[in-house]
Amino acid sequence: MSLLAVEHLDARHGLLQAVRDVSFELAEGEILALVGANGAGKTTLLRSISGAHRLSGGRVRFDGSDVTGVRASERVRLGIALVPEGRRLFGSMTVEENLLVAGRTKRPGRWNYETVLDAFPLLREHAKRRSGELSGGQQQATAIGRALMTNPRVLLLDEVSLGLSPVAVNLVYESLQAVIESGATIVLVEQDLSRALRIATRVACMLEGRIVLEGKAADMTREQVTQAYFGLRRGDSGSAAS
Amino acid sequence: MWADQILQGVLLGGYYALIACGLSFMFGILRIVNLAHGSIAVLSAYFVWVVAEQFKISPFLALVAVLPVMAAAGWLLQRTVLERSLRSGALTPLLSTFGLAVVIDNLLFQRFGADTRSLAPDIGDLAFNSWDLPGGASVGQLALITFVVAVALLGGLQLFLSRTPLGRAIRATSEDPDTAELVGIDSRNVFAAASAIAVVTVAIAGTFLAMRSTFDPYTGAAQLIFAFEAIVIGGTGSLWGTLIGGIVLGVAQNIGSQINGEGFLIAGHVVFFVVLAARFFIAGRDPRTLLRALRGATARGATT
Amino acid sequence: MSAVVRDRVVRDRTIAVHRWSRVSVTAVASLGLLLLVLAFGPLYLGADYTDRLTTLFIYVILAAMWNALAGYGGLVSIGQQAFFGLGAYAAIRLSNAGLEVYLALILAPLIVGILSVPLASFALRLRGGEFAIGMWVFAELAHLLVNLDTLVQGETGISLIAISGFAPDARRAFNYWLALAVMTLLVGAVFFLLRSRTGAAIQAIRDNEEAAASVGVRVMVTKRLIFVLAAVGCAAAGALQLATLITFQPKTYFSVQWTAYMIFMTLVGGLGTFEGPILGAVIFFAVETLFGSDGVWYLVGLGASALLFSLLLPRGIWGALSTRFGIQLMPVGYRLQFGARAPEEPGK
Repeated sequence: MSLLAVEHLDARHGLLQAVRDVSFELAEGEILALVGANGAGKTTLLRSISGAHRLSGGRVRFDGSDVTGVRASERVRLGIALVPEGRRLFGSMTVEENLLVAGRTKRPGRWNYETVLDAFPLLREHAKRRSGELSGGQQQATAIGRALMTNPRVLLLDEVSLGLSPVAVNLVYESLQAVIESGATIVLVEQDLSRALRIATRVACMLEGRIVLEGKAADMTREQVTQAYFGLRRGDSGSAAS
Repeated sequence: MWADQILQGVLLGGYYALIACGLSFMFGILRIVNLAHGSIAVLSAYFVWVVAEQFKISPFLALVAVLPVMAAAGWLLQRTVLERSLRSGALTPLLSTFGLAVVIDNLLFQRFGADTRSLAPDIGDLAFNSWDLPGGASVGQLALITFVVAVALLGGLQLFLSRTPLGRAIRATSEDPDTAELVGIDSRNVFAAASAIAVVTVAIAGTFLAMRSTFDPYTGAAQLIFAFEAIVIGGTGSLWGTLIGGIVLGVAQNIGSQINGEGFLIAGHVVFFVVLAARFFIAGRDPRTLLRALRGATARGATT
Repeated sequence: MSAVVRDRVVRDRTIAVHRWSRVSVTAVASLGLLLLVLAFGPLYLGADYTDRLTTLFIYVILAAMWNALAGYGGLVSIGQQAFFGLGAYAAIRLSNAGLEVYLALILAPLIVGILSVPLASFALRLRGGEFAIGMWVFAELAHLLVNLDTLVQGETGISLIAISGFAPDARRAFNYWLALAVMTLLVGAVFFLLRSRTGAAIQAIRDNEEAAASVGVRVMVTKRLIFVLAAVGCAAAGALQLATLITFQPKTYFSVQWTAYMIFMTLVGGLGTFEGPILGAVIFFAVETLFGSDGVWYLVGLGASALLFSLLLPRGIWGALSTRFGIQLMPVGYRLQFGARAPEEPGK
């Protein structure tokens, strides 16, 4: 049975349809890379799954139960965590406080203040600094660490490499390795196609709100993904997604 | 006796800081200027008065009994009125809290009539005992206690915001409610808790108001104005700025009363406008709003 | 690359901009007729009705002014009673200085208006709740300062003695006509303001201030205009109230109760609409006539109504009706009319 299932999801921004009829399933331990151009609907999709954005149609199922009407904070308690686009840290609070405030959920699991700092050692020395003063890479680490503090069963990562230097991106993904190796289920929105294909087990490409290409990462070539990304040809490799 | 007047002003400032505390907290966290603030203080005063008279206990004891009820009222206030009105627009809370103030004031009048009341008779000697200082000045016991309570409350709130899990959650939610939800914080409950805390401080302030002077159903308006003036005069600092503002207000009023019979209130308002003008002058053409800066400081739990 | 079909197409269509509709022409014509009928009021209405209508006119002024401030300027003021009281006070002072009484009543609001100009620069630096209470503090200070004037004798007050020189019937008629004229003038001012370039600016500010500023709307100038207009209007209402009551007791004129009335009228009638405050004033007048003597419960009802309307029906009665049925009686907005669609281009 899938851990996360999205069924015919529709989401709007006012009158603009951002996500159209998106469906996919994610089993435990899978890593889904969600790629697509800006404005394709990836962020809205993640926000809809996490509860930050209201659906205009469709369902989200988590671990078998329907969470479509469930409040975002409640979904966190169930085990869905989003690292939002742009990090959205509590800038006036320290790194430590950002982490601790997420730890209030008290979900059981391997992640706590100490283990998160172990996974992101660069945070240790900055723990008492105001998070608004950190560099992009440090902020991203804090944001991921903050999500981990809730011990999620599904981790949603929205553009973690956005605005970061290549060195910082490498560091972030190194730390993510530890998370991946712990068997986490991840949905990863990533502009960097090669990186996405490297760490993901499955790939889905979005174009103008729809999923136009979907399948196992291993079965997919870069060319196929690039073509789908730009809408050059409707892809039909792997699965029957439209 | 100028020194004495200034001393009395400082002590009065303690009361002003106390009444301003809840208004400042509510604006800092919930971003709402609660126009029913003064009315809630007076409501609490009546509540304590009723309990004290009914059960023949000290107002302090009555206050302890009343606080949980007021906390619940604060919770309810946020969930029913404030939460909804914020959704309608940034200015709607002003309208709904004003309506609420009118309702509270007049319901109190309906129930208790126009007579002024006071808790002073119920606290015995405390109401007028004082310590004499060399040079002719004197420090009222109640006034000093009020001042100490104000400091303790302000300090306590500061510590609460910066050290406790709920305090952290409140600061986070105040800064970014949407992201707070994403890390598992139920923003509705957190805001309701903040409102409950604010109303508790208002209840305490209302009780001390009743002990130090008389009150009637329409005393709330003046308390709101004093609280607001204290916050604005104290300025863009932390909750401690409120204490300073209260003191300046109290001192100004006392000095004003020496100059003219009507001078007490006039001096307070004038100092308020002068400080406002000075702030605009210093800040330049487009200052950040005063309370907004305070909001940031409160959310930080800053102690500058 | 295939062209993408969009959901809503607003292209290849003609768009016409209308200001007047059949409904609004009828409405304005009816209004003109009504004003004409009202103008002859004192000739056929009894003393009681003349007085009552005068009071209604004063309420319409107050509602229209508060709505201009809050509904169009986005400025919630809990201190408009300051101008109400200052208008009456100025009239007392002018009359006392020897000015002919009705001239004093007309000049007083203008003087208050002039004084409100520097105040505007000061007050408008405050936003939201700060502005609201700040204006209340100003009202309190104005009240206290007026009390200091020995002429007024503190809370005892003083009468507009000079007006007693007129026979009651004449006085009643003059008050009525003055009130009608001032009301028409002020409401008319709002109407023409809304129709003008500034008017579009005002409504833009109402809807979204930052967006308005970003398209070049001179927000500050517009707000200042509204502030001064509201000051003059409330001062005029105060002067008119003085003319009808004759006595000036600072406590009554500077009471925050007046703001409570204004809030009730605009919230119930319809904040941010042109017709709303007029409806609100009529409703308030009716409520006051029916329940005014119930004392405190009446006030509780007012407060509760304001509370409930702000939470449940923030657009007021007129706002709700207008949105629901798409009516707009007065031509203060613009209507876009979409024409026929041009034929589709072949081979897309």
